Amino acid sequence: MSEQPRPTHDLRAQVLRVVLPLLVLATGVFAWDVVVRAGDLPPYILPGPGLVLATLISDWPVLSSSLLVTLETTFDGLVLAFVGGVALAMLFNLSRLIELSLYPYAVILQVTPVVAIAPLLLIYLPQQAAVLACAWIVAFFPVLANTTLGLNSVDRNLADLFRLYGASRMQLLWYLKIPAALPNMLAGLRIAGGLSLIGAVVAEIAAGSAGAGSGLAFRIAESGYRLNIPRMFAALLLLSITGIVIFALLSALSHFMLRRWHESEVTRES
Amino acid sequence: MTMQDSSAPGSPVVSLHGVGKSFATGTVALEGFDLDIRRGEFISLLGPSGCGKSTALRIIAGLSEPTRGTVTWAGGKTHREQAIGFVFQEPTLMPWGTVFDNVFLPLRLSGRPRAAAAARVKESLSQVDLADFAQAYPRELSGGMKMRVSIARALVTDPSLLLMDEPFAALDEITRFKLNDDLIALWRALGKTVVFVTHSVFESVYLSQRVVIMTARRGRVASTLAVDAPNRDAHFRTSAEYAGFCRLASNALARAMDARAGAAA
Repeated sequence: MSEQPRPTHDLRAQVLRVVLPLLVLATGVFAWDVVVRAGDLPPYILPGPGLVLATLISDWPVLSSSLLVTLETTFDGLVLAFVGGVALAMLFNLSRLIELSLYPYAVILQVTPVVAIAPLLLIYLPQQAAVLACAWIVAFFPVLANTTLGLNSVDRNLADLFRLYGASRMQLLWYLKIPAALPNMLAGLRIAGGLSLIGAVVAEIAAGSAGAGSGLAFRIAESGYRLNIPRMFAALLLLSITGIVIFALLSALSHFMLRRWHESEVTRES
Repeated sequence: MTMQDSSAPGSPVVSLHGVGKSFATGTVALEGFDLDIRRGEFISLLGPSGCGKSTALRIIAGLSEPTRGTVTWAGGKTHREQAIGFVFQEPTLMPWGTVFDNVFLPLRLSGRPRAAAAARVKESLSQVDLADFAQAYPRELSGGMKMRVSIARALVTDPSLLLMDEPFAALDEITRFKLNDDLIALWRALGKTVVFVTHSVFESVYLSQRVVIMTARRGRVASTLAVDAPNRDAHFRTSAEYAGFCRLASNALARAMDARAGAAA
């Protein structure tokens, strides 16, 4: 077996990966435009793609400042979720007692819909903290679950080897368990990125109805009350793009960290 | 003085007396296992899968505690003081580390800084002809090369005792022959005591000075065969002498299996 990838085959797959979704997008936007024009729909029922784009540009000052707010919440929530999820998973791995005591509550926090928790949090916490807490609650569990799985699926022979050479608990964690769990941690992080955005949006909408807030989700709610449908679409578009960019960045991070050794990142010839 | 005796060639490095191992599932892996491993010898444990030979090796390594019997180290010590090297059935490399990182691991765990250990790691790698692959990742290597890395890692602490658990079982025959020859050369050059577990009659005879044949179940020593042949090379592999030893080992193995079958019936 040769390690050389076949360039032609690779290139074709790459091109298709980009071109096909773009083709679907173009078709969708075209159909949307045709429907709006043919039905002569007014913008407060369904704005055409051109108007949405124009609104995005004309309302950019308002939308961009909202975007920044949402981005900050999402990012902070994600960082806290990653740190918290990984730390908790390590704690669980070190102590079975702690795992048995706390794991059910991690699950409860995860399965209780965040939409239902958000209004309560808004009562007890300052708004910014409540929004952040929501982003954290939905995002930390995939990190915790994936990291726990990774820490527990260490190669037994490697663990024996570490024992043979008298490795301390810290050495075992640092040199064996964390690197072994890294692919799972990064998979958790990728899921958490999207969820953190969802958590931020949900909390913003809940907070927005309380009369404050200026994130993108709040803009959508606010525009809805004012029947400013084009701006709703423009804000939604921005949220979508934000989600895509977060996913792409985290995937790139994962690829960068695993590219030298992990099976998932190694291109294999068929 | 026992200390002096214990360092002489031919004296036991480690002795197992009446060692038994049964698992929580009720499986008895070893029963009444007696073995003296002498300093500097190359000894093979030969038996079918499930005869407890790997369990015996893990008990010697201290990775598993015997449920019965005693393990005594040179000088009458009950605890191992010298370094040992262990080679698993699979290469058992860390996929995220380079070849260098993998071989460096035992030294890193003992607290040696990277810079101070580099020379020793390089030396260990050149002993297995992999000096040029220090920066490669395990997935870039062939099965035989991975196993060499595993051997280099076992050698890096300069252990006096090297334990090998069917290390070449998963390799193709050509690679296995090559690694067999390399292992003999290393053993000659470095003067280590080697305990080699295998289920291959031919491999055990080719490599070792003593072949310990084990019974099929509730592993114990059925018989021991001394392979008294000084030269181990391609010539030996095709000699009538080698074939003769293989026949003896095969027959002894067949008897060991029959004895169990007879006892079970």
